[in-house]
Amino acid sequence: MKIILENLTKKFISRDHKNSVVIAVNDFNIEIPDGKLVGLLGPSGCGKSTTLNLICGLEEPTEGKIYFGDIDVTNLPPENRGVGMVFQNYALYPHLTVRQNIVFPLENLKGPDKMSKEAMEEKAMEVARLVQIETLMDRKPSEMSGGQQQRVAIARALVKTPGVLLLDEPLSNLDARLRLQTREQIRRIQKETGITTIFVTHDQEEAMSISDLIIVMKDGIIQQVGKPQEVYNAPVNLFVARFLGTPAINVFKGQIKDHKVYIGEDAIMDTKASDQEVYVGIRPEGFVPSEKGVFTCRFDRIETTGRDTSVVCHNENCISDEDIRAIVDDDLYTHKDKVIRFNLKVHKTYVFSMDEKVIDE
Amino acid sequence: MNNKNNLKGWLYLLPAMVFVGVFMVYPLLDVLVYSFEESYNFASQTYNGIGLYNYSYVLHDPYFLQAIKNTFILVIITVPLSTGFALLISLALNSLTKLKDLFQTVFFLPYVTNTLAVGLVFMILFKKTAYSEGLINLLLNSFGLSSVDFIEGPYWAKMFVLCFYTIWVVLPFKILILTSALASVNKDYYNVARIDGTSKLRIFTKITLPMISPSLFYLIITGFIGAFKAYSDVVALFGTDLNAAGMNTIVGYVYDMLYGNSGGYPSFASAAALILFAIVLTITVINLLVSKENVHYQ
Ligand SMILES: Nc1ncnc2c1ncn2[C@@H]1O[C@H](COP(=O)(O)OP(=O)(O)O)[C@@H](O)[C@H]1O
Ligand SMILES: [Mg+2]
Repeated sequence: MKIILENLTKKFISRDHKNSVVIAVNDFNIEIPDGKLVGLLGPSGCGKSTTLNLICGLEEPTEGKIYFGDIDVTNLPPENRGVGMVFQNYALYPHLTVRQNIVFPLENLKGPDKMSKEAMEEKAMEVARLVQIETLMDRKPSEMSGGQQQRVAIARALVKTPGVLLLDEPLSNLDARLRLQTREQIRRIQKETGITTIFVTHDQEEAMSISDLIIVMKDGIIQQVGKPQEVYNAPVNLFVARFLGTPAINVFKGQIKDHKVYIGEDAIMDTKASDQEVYVGIRPEGFVPSEKGVFTCRFDRIETTGRDTSVVCHNENCISDEDIRAIVDDDLYTHKDKVIRFNLKVHKTYVFSMDEKVIDE
Repeated sequence: MNNKNNLKGWLYLLPAMVFVGVFMVYPLLDVLVYSFEESYNFASQTYNGIGLYNYSYVLHDPYFLQAIKNTFILVIITVPLSTGFALLISLALNSLTKLKDLFQTVFFLPYVTNTLAVGLVFMILFKKTAYSEGLINLLLNSFGLSSVDFIEGPYWAKMFVLCFYTIWVVLPFKILILTSALASVNKDYYNVARIDGTSKLRIFTKITLPMISPSLFYLIITGFIGAFKAYSDVVALFGTDLNAAGMNTIVGYVYDMLYGNSGGYPSFASAAALILFAIVLTITVINLLVSKENVHYQ
């Protein structure tokens, strides 16, 4: 089912300062296509959970509309929207077994939808197999690992075959290895069921790796929507550029003079834009060490972290971090001088105006 | 090494054990001994023999039988009712958004008020004197019913006042425990339940009750024990001559046997106390057995 958010806005009375208003979700306009896995990405407190709560109906919007397909669900209570939700802490009922937890939503069905015991059991086993917990059905949640509990929560959310599946930071309580496994599982489950899924996370790598589409938000406002690689390659503003990618993008103060972009004294590339102060962002993989390179830095050291070899160097115009990180292709790369010069890959180098919007040359 | 640690362990426990030994174990044993010593004389500290005569006497004493009957009625009526009311009030309080703190304070006031003061208020409400009928009787009259003497009148009226009073006194503590138990249930459980279309009743029976079952169970056990040990509340309402009023309780009987007008019989008092102990123990064990199935610790 496709989801359309139209001018969706949610204001809260602030918890800390009475009378002041927090705009948790600010004028969302977006269409989420049917059957896709969408990553809703942003730093903590930017309104991701609130967006999910609006979509599932736990919160009422201050303004705007929500459509599932062609149906306006804005005023429908949660139980009539046909959504499944997985909470960050899973919210499995601790006094019930896995089987009882999964069957619980089915037991709520009334009237013509009412199911027989056998039908419920069959349905529960079906989703349990999907998430691969069919051998754990008689355990209590406390007798399972975090990853298993997570899958039970997904099974419970899926058992009524919802049109929309919402996952709020589903991996944040898992350790690193399990996180990798579980996100592949989520990807697989989503593919197999074809249910439109919104996946909230503050971890950009997580979102980039499994989403068909990512929505980057900040302070309740959508910054950019697109395929993960597109957003990574063409960020619309400095925030998005800095938020995506590890190691993070290197940011410098610079200026445009006579259609050239300067960092300090170095003219690093040509541009059509007019003269102004700018920020220059260079991805770590955008540096190519070269004797006659256009960009000069002070060499510090070489770091090898498993797969990547990076040159760590310094430049007084860098404002993102003290260390500039440049990933080099050659894993036997060495360097002796105090100074290192780079050529820059144009499509890995972005220029932003002082109001942090990208400048297309 | 292990032995040395053991020794240290016991050493650390010693102060507590001495305390418990002197003030709890020794008196208990003493009471046990007294209860089997026949015709014990306080003044000469002598007795005639060892046997079950004290128990037999107590169990045939009409005052004791009355006390048992009163105590059981009190327990059976007040424990379920007070716990039920407390649960209802806590649920209501928990669903309030405004004025919650105010109401919580109001409900807690009786708890910090002295038993005897509350007893006095009840006397004023219920007692019929030469000058006034008492507030409750005025109410009854206004509905066209005739006055009842709740303090010195028929048995059912006195029992009603006692139960009413007991529930009133124990309610605040139960509300306090239950409101905090309800507030500590994670809201996400309710959110999940709402998304799944769970009815209010089912949310209550399948989620809320199991989640607060440890607190509820604690209240039921302590409620039983407290009601079985009722005494001061009864004195506050009906004065010290409880046998005459027909309103004595088991603890009241024990007290009377020791210090009352007809007192000076520690052996009978001990036997009665041990019978009470046996009753409370039985009920508590039954409670624990029932709870195994129904109480969910996290
Ligand atoms: N019930 C509420 N009352 C007041 N403020 C809230 C409430 N829920 C969320 N907020 C505020 O809205 C903002 C967004 O919160 P949230 O959606 O939980 O962020 P995220 O999930 O992205 O971390 C935060 O500033 C938070 O303090
Ligand atoms: Mg959140």
